[in-house]
Amino acid sequence: MAVTIVFLGPLRDMAGADAIEATAPITWDGLLSAVNPKVAEQLRDDRVNVACAGRVLADKTSLNAQDGDEVALLPPVSGG
Amino acid sequence: MRDIRLLPEPFIPGALIEPFTNANPGLGGVCTFVGEVRAEDSVEMLELSHYEPLTLPGMEVLADKAFARFDLMGLLMVHRVGRMHPGEPIVCVSAAAAHRRPAIEAVDFCMDHLKSAAWFWKRELKAGAWSWIEPRAEDYADLSRWD
Repeated sequence: MAVTIVFLGPLRDMAGADAIEATAPITWDGLLSAVNPKVAEQLRDDRVNVACAGRVLADKTSLNAQDGDEVALLPPVSGG
Repeated sequence: MRDIRLLPEPFIPGALIEPFTNANPGLGGVCTFVGEVRAEDSVEMLELSHYEPLTLPGMEVLADKAFARFDLMGLLMVHRVGRMHPGEPIVCVSAAAAHRRPAIEAVDFCMDHLKSAAWFWKRELKAGAWSWIEPRAEDYADLSRWD
C-alpha cells in the first residue's frame, strides 16, 4: 500500500494530475519532495492547508501519513 | 428538520423549500436565500469542485454551529457541485424558527461561512478558457462579523 496525495482546486493544474501515489510513510519533508517544485512552493504558503485521513492538520509540518492514508493539499477556498 | 446536501445535478429551490417548510410544523418564520450563477463578464460556465471527505462533513459542522447559536427549528443547506451555467441555482439555505430573527440571522451566518470557510474551489469558463477564482477579501471580512 501507499499514500495517495490528492491535489485540489488550482493545485490540480499545477500538479498536472488529480492525485499521485507515494511510498509510505510520508512526512512534511517527504511531501515537499514528492510533489513538483511549483506545488511545493505553494505548500509553503500559510494559506494552503493539508489534510490527512480526512482531517485538516492544525500544523501541516507535523504530517505523518501511513500506508493507506489519503493526503489532500487544500489551496485557499474560493467560496460557495 | 435538518437537510444538508451536496447536489451534482441542477435543482429547483422551490421543490426543496416547500417540503422543508412543511416538515417544520408550528414554525413562526422561514428565511431562504438562493444564490445563482451570475450572468456577467461573458462567463459561459462555472465549475465548483469539492473534496468528498471534508466538504459535506464541514457543512454538517456548520449546521451544528448554526443550531447551537440560533434558536432554530430546522435548517436546509444545499450546495451544487460540478458544472453550472449562468442563472442556475448554486446554493440554497433555508432556516425555520419560531421567530424571524434567528431564521434570518442563521441564513446570513451559514452563507458567510459557506462563502469563505467551506471546502469549495471555483473556476469559470470565459471565451473558451478556464480560470480559477481567487478568494476575495470581502468574504473574509463578512466571516469576521460572526467572531
